[in-house]
Amino acid sequence: MAKRGPAVRKPPGQPGPVGEDATTDDSQLREFYRRMVFIRRFEERAARAYTQAEIGGYCHLNLGEEATVVGLMSALEPEDYLFTNYREHGYALARGVEPGRVMAELYGRRDGVSKGWGGSMHLFDGDARLLGGYGIVGGQLPLATGAALAVDYRGGDEAVACVMGDGTTNIGAFHESLNIAALWNLPVVYVVVNNGLGMGTTVEKASGEPELHRKAASYRMSSARVDGNDPVAVREAMLSALASARSGRPFLLEAVSSRLKGHSVVDPAKYRTREEVEALRTSDPVAALAFRLRGEGELTDEAITEIDAEATSAVAAAVAFAEASPHPAVDTLFDYTYATPVPNDSRRLPGEPLFEPAPLPRIGAHP
Amino acid sequence: MSIMTYRQALRDTLGSEMRRDENVLLLGEEIGVFEGSYKITAGLLAEFGEKRVRDTPIAEEGFTGAAIGAAMLGLRPVVEIMTINFSLLALDQIVNHAAKIYGMFGGQARVPLVIRTPGGGGQQLGATHSQNIELYYAFVPGMKVVAPSNPADAKSLLLAAIRDDDPVLFLENLALYNMKGEVPDDDIPGEIGRAAVTRRGSDITVVAYSRMAAVALTVAERMAETDGVDIEVVDLRSLRPLDRETVVDSVRRTHCAVVVEDDWLTYGIGAEIAATISDGAFDWLDAPVRRVAMAEVPLPYAKTLETAALPSADDVTAAIRQTLASVGRRAGKDTP
Repeated sequence: MAKRGPAVRKPPGQPGPVGEDATTDDSQLREFYRRMVFIRRFEERAARAYTQAEIGGYCHLNLGEEATVVGLMSALEPEDYLFTNYREHGYALARGVEPGRVMAELYGRRDGVSKGWGGSMHLFDGDARLLGGYGIVGGQLPLATGAALAVDYRGGDEAVACVMGDGTTNIGAFHESLNIAALWNLPVVYVVVNNGLGMGTTVEKASGEPELHRKAASYRMSSARVDGNDPVAVREAMLSALASARSGRPFLLEAVSSRLKGHSVVDPAKYRTREEVEALRTSDPVAALAFRLRGEGELTDEAITEIDAEATSAVAAAVAFAEASPHPAVDTLFDYTYATPVPNDSRRLPGEPLFEPAPLPRIGAHP
Repeated sequence: MSIMTYRQALRDTLGSEMRRDENVLLLGEEIGVFEGSYKITAGLLAEFGEKRVRDTPIAEEGFTGAAIGAAMLGLRPVVEIMTINFSLLALDQIVNHAAKIYGMFGGQARVPLVIRTPGGGGQQLGATHSQNIELYYAFVPGMKVVAPSNPADAKSLLLAAIRDDDPVLFLENLALYNMKGEVPDDDIPGEIGRAAVTRRGSDITVVAYSRMAAVALTVAERMAETDGVDIEVVDLRSLRPLDRETVVDSVRRTHCAVVVEDDWLTYGIGAEIAATISDGAFDWLDAPVRRVAMAEVPLPYAKTLETAALPSADDVTAAIRQTLASVGRRAGKDTP
C-alpha cells in the first residue's frame, strides 16, 4: 500500500493512533479506553466552556459515541481521508489533531485548526487528512464521493471515510452519492452513526427502512451493522469495509450507538423518557469498557484513576492553549474569500461607502 | 485570429485545456456519448475517453458535489449543468460547499471548479427551463461568476476559469451558441473581475452582460445610424467580482445610463448596477438610471407571451431614446 500521506502526529499528552502500536488485544483495548476517556473529558469540558460562553454558535458532542469514534479512526491508515458532519470533535482528536488546536477552534481563536473561521462544526486538518466537518446534513457525502473519485482518477490506494448521522440516510445527497460511488466503483466507506435520534426524531419516525445499512441494497452495495458500543467490533467492521473500498467496492457501515446528551449542548432532551435516560446510563461505552477491563484484570482502579487524571490534565492544557491563543485580527477578514486573487474583490466593511465622496457638484459644468 | 462560433470556442478551449493539464476532467449529464445537449463537448469523449469525459446520472447535487470533492484533492473538474435551471438541484453544494470551503476552513482547501451552464429564454421551453438565475450565485462571496457575451470572451474567460483555484460559475446562453466572431489563436486567459467597454461613446452608457451585452452592441451600432447617437456599451463580463469602477467611470463621462438584463427586474443584477451608479456617479447623472429587464412572470410557453415578456432590442432602443429625450439631448444629425 502506498504510504504517501504524512504520518498522523502524536501530540503531547494524548495517546497516538491506535492500531499499529497495539500488539495484543489487551493493550489495544487499554489504548482504546485511554482514547475514549480522553474524548469524554474533552467533550465534557467543551460543554462547560459553552455554558460559560467561551464557545459560541452550535456545539454538538460525541458523548456516548466514543467507542464508535475510536474504533472507526483506529482502522484508518494515515493517508486515508475523512469527511464528517458537525458532531466531529472526537474524530479530530482520534485522528491525532492536537487537542489544543481543536479547543482553540471551538473558542474561535487564531490557532484553531480552521484559524477560527469554522468553529465547532467545521474542523479541518490537512495533515491528518480530516477534510472537514460539515454543518449541512448530507453535505459531506457528495464531497467524500468526489474525493474518492480523485483517488481513483490518480490510481491511489487511499480510501475515503464519510461519517454521517442516522437522519442523513433520508436525504437526497445520500442516495445520489451512494449511487455514484457504486456506479464508478469508488474507494469510499459511508459510515452511519445511528444514535437513534435525528435531533429529537427517532429513526423509526424518519426512515421507511429503519435498518439503515439495508439502504445500500438499492445500489447493490455491501453493507453491515455493528454494535457501536464495542470499539473492537467497530474497528474490525471498519477494517473490512475499508478493504472492500480499496478494492473498488464502496461500503455502507452502520454503527449502532447512543447519544448520551441532547442534540447539542443547549438541548435538554426532554423528548426522552426516564426509562430511556436510565438505559442510556447503563449502555455508556466508556463505563462499560472500564468495567470489562477491570473485570478481566487488565486495569486496576488505580490505573483507571490515572488514565482519567491524564485525560483531565491534557484537556486542561488544551483549554489553556485555547485561552492563550489570540482572537483573529480584524485585518484578516478578507484573507480567505478567494484563493486566486482577482481584481475588484470587495474589501468593504459594513459602514464604508462604495466610492469616495464626490467632489462638490459641478452643476452645469458638463456639456 | 480565427472566425468561429461561441460553441466552437468553448469546445476548442475545453479540448486544449484537457491536453495541457491532465487534472482537467469533465462531468455532466449527456456530455459523453450524447456529446452534450448543446454539443459543446462534441468529440471530447472520443479524444479523451470515459475517465476524463464522464457521463453522470441525473443527479445534479451528487455529481456537482463530487466535482467539488475531487477539486479539493487537486483535480480541476469542469461540470456541465445542462441548463442553469437544473443548478437549483445543486444549490446546496454550490452555495454551502463550493463557495464556503476555502474560507470556512481558513484557507486550507481550495476548490478549483468550473460549472458551465447556459441560461436564457426565448426557445419556448416554458417557465422552468427559461430562467436567468445567475444572480443566485453572483450574490455569494466565495463564488466567481463570469458571463461572456461573444466567442473571444468565451475562450479567454473559460481559460481563466479553468486555471483559477476558486469555484467559477461560467454562464453561457442558449441564444449565443451560434454567434460567430473573431477568436484569438493563442491561449491567453482573460481577467475575471473586469468589465469591458465594448463600444466607446459619449452620449449614454448601456450596461449589460451575456446575451443582452450582444444585443446592446447591436442596438448601439444601429442607433448610431438611425438616431445619430454615440452610445457607450459596458459589458460586465464578470458578475462577481463586479467591476464597479468601469461602470461608474463610463457614466461619469456620459451622464446617463440604461441597464439591460435578461433576468427579472426586482432585486436583479440591474438593481445592483443602478445602485452602484447612484453611489459612484450621482453628481454626474442627468437622468434616473433606466432599467430594461424581463417582465415579472414565470415565462409562458406561448410565443406571443414569451416574446412580450423577454427584453428585446426594441425595448433597449426605446429606453435609450426616452432617457436621452428626458435630458433634452435628443441627439441626432438634425439636433442643434
